[in-house]
Amino acid sequence: MLYLERWKVILIIGVCALSLLYAAPNLLGRSTVEWLRNNTPGIVPSQTVNLGLDLRGGSHLLLEVATDAVIDEKHQSLVDQIRTELRGAKVGYTDLGTADGTVHFKLTDSAQEDKAKDIVRGIDRELDVSINSSVFTIRMTPVRILEIKRDALERSIDIVRRRIDETGTREPSIQRQGENRILVQLPGVENPEHIKQLLGQTAKMTFRLVDEAASATLGQGGNLPPGTERLPMLEADGQFIVVQKRVMVSGDSLTDAQPSPASQGGWAVNFSFDSLGGKRFGEATRNNVGRLFAIVLDNKVISAPVINEPIMGGSGQITGRFTSQAAQDLALLLRAGALPAPIKVLEERTVGPGLGADSIKAGATASLIGLCLVMVFIALYYGLFGLFANIALLFNIAMIFAALSILQATLTLPGIAGIVLTIGTALDANVLVFERIREELRLGRSPISAIDAGYNRALSAIIDANMTTLIAAVLLFIFGSGPVKGFAVTLSIGIVTSIFSALMVTRLIVVWWLRAKKPKTIPI
Amino acid sequence: MFHPLHLIPPNTKIDFVAKRWLAFGVTILLVLLTVASLSTKGLNLGIDFKGGILIEAKAPHAVDVSALRAELGLLNLGETSLQEFGGPDSVLIRVQRQEGGEEAQQRAVETVRAKLGAEYEYRRVEVVGPTVGNELLHAGILATVLAVLAIGVYVGVRFEWQFGLAAFIATLHDVFVTVGLYSVLQLDFNLTAIAALLTLAGYSINDTVVVFDRIRETLRRQKATDLRAVINDAVNQTLSRTLMTAGTTLLALLPLVLMGGTTLINFSAALTWGILVGTYSSIYVAAALLIYMPPLRRIETLRPAPAKK
Repeated sequence: MLYLERWKVILIIGVCALSLLYAAPNLLGRSTVEWLRNNTPGIVPSQTVNLGLDLRGGSHLLLEVATDAVIDEKHQSLVDQIRTELRGAKVGYTDLGTADGTVHFKLTDSAQEDKAKDIVRGIDRELDVSINSSVFTIRMTPVRILEIKRDALERSIDIVRRRIDETGTREPSIQRQGENRILVQLPGVENPEHIKQLLGQTAKMTFRLVDEAASATLGQGGNLPPGTERLPMLEADGQFIVVQKRVMVSGDSLTDAQPSPASQGGWAVNFSFDSLGGKRFGEATRNNVGRLFAIVLDNKVISAPVINEPIMGGSGQITGRFTSQAAQDLALLLRAGALPAPIKVLEERTVGPGLGADSIKAGATASLIGLCLVMVFIALYYGLFGLFANIALLFNIAMIFAALSILQATLTLPGIAGIVLTIGTALDANVLVFERIREELRLGRSPISAIDAGYNRALSAIIDANMTTLIAAVLLFIFGSGPVKGFAVTLSIGIVTSIFSALMVTRLIVVWWLRAKKPKTIPI
Repeated sequence: MFHPLHLIPPNTKIDFVAKRWLAFGVTILLVLLTVASLSTKGLNLGIDFKGGILIEAKAPHAVDVSALRAELGLLNLGETSLQEFGGPDSVLIRVQRQEGGEEAQQRAVETVRAKLGAEYEYRRVEVVGPTVGNELLHAGILATVLAVLAIGVYVGVRFEWQFGLAAFIATLHDVFVTVGLYSVLQLDFNLTAIAALLTLAGYSINDTVVVFDRIRETLRRQKATDLRAVINDAVNQTLSRTLMTAGTTLLALLPLVLMGGTTLINFSAALTWGILVGTYSSIYVAAALLIYMPPLRRIETLRPAPAKK
């Protein structure tokens, strides 16, 4: 026991030195850390502990993407495709529609089964088609559905990121969570209402022609002409207008959108198309001079101006009676692009900077006082060995902060409590050893043999006891969310460093002391 | 120089086993209290699990709590509660979960914000929709149950099944009785409470394992087959350590209870209680249970050992 292998000694000293080094940036001011990060090679430690939103202030939003809506949309477009193709091939059918995640129709002439099957296959090879006495049931394969949903989620994350970036939020974190969720963390955001409002819109924009005749007779009942739909006007409550379902140009073709003051007062949004979109818009306007076209956003008509002349330049202006904020928001949404599916906010947790600062102060003060109390107590109780344990405890804390900084794990308020708890339990391993040494001394062993036995015999208890705590911490990490997860990380790191500091650091100090003093009795 | 303290006299010979009846009485009482409280009062589920809205706001002046409460009552948001929080200028507002899915919660927050106006500083706003609330509750229960089970299995594998079962029951006891504390005091049972439960499960088992480790060691070394004597010796020999560790941990937690801020008070208080209960249960639940399911195999296989000498 008195002999510690050279590599172990080097390892212990190395870990302690590195811990101090990597924990050090946390003691420096923010500007110094920034300077270090920018002006020194990457090897110089400049990472600090990543404070959770509950400590630094900010907003945490959990979003859910309605990926099912994307599937519904796919089904709907499949129905449209099948209708067009069957009509084109003069295949008679009835009952074309969607139900329970399938598309179905019935052939009027069962002799055309093979032809119809080829047509459906032609649309998409991977479709699962079953035919039962002329009734076609078509479904997408589960793999395909999963793919579509995953793709929708990825695109949503992308759009959410772009929209948030456009608002100028600093250091946002946007992560995928589970199958259809997005976790958004916005440090420093005190009131996420505006961002929630921006994320709550899909912002699907289309330019379509207005059916003026049908719009005029809208109030008089009767059916809408085929291929049109009735949409509400955004500005005028309760007013509707009939527009064609066919889209002239969609918002996907936009390359830019900017708010600008409108000539008749208020604000407008200037937009420009990419070359293909510009060309299509030009053609559509040239063929329909004198008619109305509708600018439709999320199934609401923003405005329906007259086409005075062909718009060939690939750019135009949306004039509604916008406020400056509304024009800015619309421009932002158009620049960032449309969400593939609607998004809902499932959970919001916002902490103001005042509370965050108070929490850090209270947590830090409480921890320091706790630390002092414990150190005094241990020193009184175990004397010189207590001092050894205290030195190891300080290294232990350095190790925790170094690990948190290197891993960029998030320190949350419960995490601070985790560190406090670690301070309390970190000494447990030392206590086990010291109590054992006392016992062995009472049994009449010599100092060295008592210390040796103390370390050896306490080992199994230390390992088993800490393993069980680690199990609890890991489960907490797996099932916890947000701040609780941060707590689990802190706790786990604390357990590992505690074992190391008790079994290695304290031991090294004890060995050095024994070699230097060669004591006849041990003050424990 | 230092004169190390010996607060706990060495070689204590307390007959813990003989006092187990008293302890069983206490244990049964605690468990019955918990059951009674859970079935009458239930748990005060926080918005993490129930869904709803929680707003902590601070005004630049003292708040007229009853006037504000009356105004909030007129907002038609169902059950709302308002209390002073940490000072006369701060309030904590809770609004029940709104009918009508996720969007309804969002609308309700905006309504409350509009009512309070711009002069308030919003220190904390939490909105949990119905979907997430249920999931969090299930995940929390699952984590706690799995942790207690996994701990039992680990001890069962490292020691023997009797130890594992005893550890499982003891840890379950600690967690259950702490849930009881939450119920009796009607503390906010939220995600942090789950963290407290799991942490105390880890701490309590830590303590139990140390006692078990000593029982195992003594069983191996002694020819004595009197399990009661073995348990008594083991508990006495580790008593100093048990109290020391509980002491240092409580000492570290104490400042957190007293000044850790409103958010951490419940958490630290539950842990403090958990450490007391955990220390007690290591001796009087875990170790005492072994009397009724003696780890026979070890004793029998070890009995011939001294004969070889």
